[in-house]
Amino acid sequence: MASESHIIEYKTLGLTLAALLVLTGVTVGAASIDLGWVNVWIALMIASVKAGFVLLVFMHMRWEGRTLQWSFLATVLFLAIMIGFIFWDVAFR
Amino acid sequence: MTSFYQTPEPAGFTGIKSWLITFDHKRIALLYLFSILFWFLLAVTLGGLIRLELMFPGKTVLSAQMYNSVFTLHGVIMIFLFIIPALPAIFGNFFLPIHIGADDVYFPRLNLLSWYLYMAGGIVAIVSLFSDGFPDTGWTFYVPFSISTHTNVSTAVFAAFILGFSSMLTGLNFITTIHKMRAKTMGWLQLPLFTWSLYATAWVQLLATPVITITLVLVVVERLFNVGLFDPARGGDPILYQHLFWIYSHPAVYIMILPGMGVISEIIPVSARKSIFGYKAIVASSLAIAIAGSLVWAHHMYTSGMSDTAVFVFSLLTFVVAIPSAIKVFSWVATLYKGAIEMTPPLLFSLCFIYLFSVGGLTGLVLGAAGANIHVHDTHFVVAHFHFTMFGGTGFAFFAALHYWWPKMFGKMYDFKKAYIAAILVTAGFMLHYVPMFVLGLQGMPRRYYDYLPQYAAGNFFAGFGALCMIAGIGLMVVNLLASLARERTAAADDPWGGVTLEWTIPSPPPLHNFDKDPEVMDYPYDFTKVTAVGSGAGTIKPETGK
Repeated sequence: MASESHIIEYKTLGLTLAALLVLTGVTVGAASIDLGWVNVWIALMIASVKAGFVLLVFMHMRWEGRTLQWSFLATVLFLAIMIGFIFWDVAFR
Repeated sequence: MTSFYQTPEPAGFTGIKSWLITFDHKRIALLYLFSILFWFLLAVTLGGLIRLELMFPGKTVLSAQMYNSVFTLHGVIMIFLFIIPALPAIFGNFFLPIHIGADDVYFPRLNLLSWYLYMAGGIVAIVSLFSDGFPDTGWTFYVPFSISTHTNVSTAVFAAFILGFSSMLTGLNFITTIHKMRAKTMGWLQLPLFTWSLYATAWVQLLATPVITITLVLVVVERLFNVGLFDPARGGDPILYQHLFWIYSHPAVYIMILPGMGVISEIIPVSARKSIFGYKAIVASSLAIAIAGSLVWAHHMYTSGMSDTAVFVFSLLTFVVAIPSAIKVFSWVATLYKGAIEMTPPLLFSLCFIYLFSVGGLTGLVLGAAGANIHVHDTHFVVAHFHFTMFGGTGFAFFAALHYWWPKMFGKMYDFKKAYIAAILVTAGFMLHYVPMFVLGLQGMPRRYYDYLPQYAAGNFFAGFGALCMIAGIGLMVVNLLASLARERTAAADDPWGGVTLEWTIPSPPPLHNFDKDPEVMDYPYDFTKVTAVGSGAGTIKPETGK
């Protein structure tokens, strides 16, 4: 296990942290502008980008093997299907 | 060669203490075996009380409130503490590493933690009984009742939450083990079918269980802080709870049944001395069941008030699941066709499984069809269907697995005659118990009711009588198995059935590190051409019956 570990430079970690803080600021800023239903989508997209940074850098997904990357994508797909299929109900009630 | 029972014990941790700190997958499997057996027998007793109460009209042995609590406990214990963990945690832990030629699972410490979480969940479940009243919601914890009832739902839900983590960690461990620890010469299509079924199951455990753990947290949040997530008056949606609950709990029935199907796929070819029919089709059907079974959850909700579009879509998808299930059944039957069949207790349980599971599956189509479902929804028909698949399916697969692998796990063979009598008692009792419930359901008797109209009296009486037969059979089976441990003369052979997967190439019981030399992996895991005789010294089985 340990032989495959990957050490990330402090600089990369710091830049990622900075990007996350900036995006948090963008989220707060975007929320203060009334764009109607678009607000929700903007907030969700920023949150998705932030989650991507955390996964790729802090959780080392960028350097992992294909099995783990596909496993992760499977979980995202599963979540998308779960949420999507609920709309067969909610959208047609 | 010394077995894993003679593992060197660290100073200060002898006897039972050495088991409590063990990382050996086989010892952890046995820890699961005895703890799960305890819960199983408790839940059987509770189920017996339910049927005893319903055997005659009016009050018999339980008050109405106690009856609600007893069926809740029966469901919670059977589902979360028995059926979900039974096959993966006991037989998966014991045989998965051996099946793939490995020494242990990939995360042995995590494996032990899973068992501790399982025990912690069980203890919290017991605590919930003795504080603030028994939970009375049924095992589904449906809102709004689960939020408004004054019984101790929060603690019961927390117990299920902990058990969910145990299940997830086991699934994670199995996936990693199969990917990373297979023998160097073992490709994916050389895996035994039980291992394949565990692999498919583990993915469902890993992906679906977080949904229920989060949902149960939401129930506690609602009870403590009254947020209104499921309250329409405050923008919430009570049907959302049902979606979230069944997103896990329907795939959970495949967590329960898939390893059972894996067990049957092991026993049938060995008993027929014949290569399994449709190996690749069975592998594909395991994966297809895991995937398609995750997309049908709302067929539990046809009468909940969800949209007609959703009813149509989920009904269609439900019928799709029948295809891979049928592939397995046809493959087992085709394997037996023209095989050199030798009847043994595990085979008898397996044959009962095929019949009972088929009835359960076909009645599932009655429930999957929206029109028929609305007629029998929440009646005893559903109870009968569920038990035909889960007990007739997973339960009988569990019994078959116990009888199949018991000689390998303990190095002792049980008495065949008593095992056959037990199997017949359990199966006959099962039929007498659940077939009347189909009739009662079609006649309109609701499930979960404490009392009933006079026209349902005969069916309930027969069901109660069947339950008593079944419990007697289970008791005999457990006693017979445990009695074998005390008898020296019934030492089991290394390969009492003539099996060809790797567990039959090592001593009974296995040594600490499973293999003293690299295992020889066959090109095809069910090649019986080299099997010429059944092992000698195997209890009552005759060595010359190997055809």
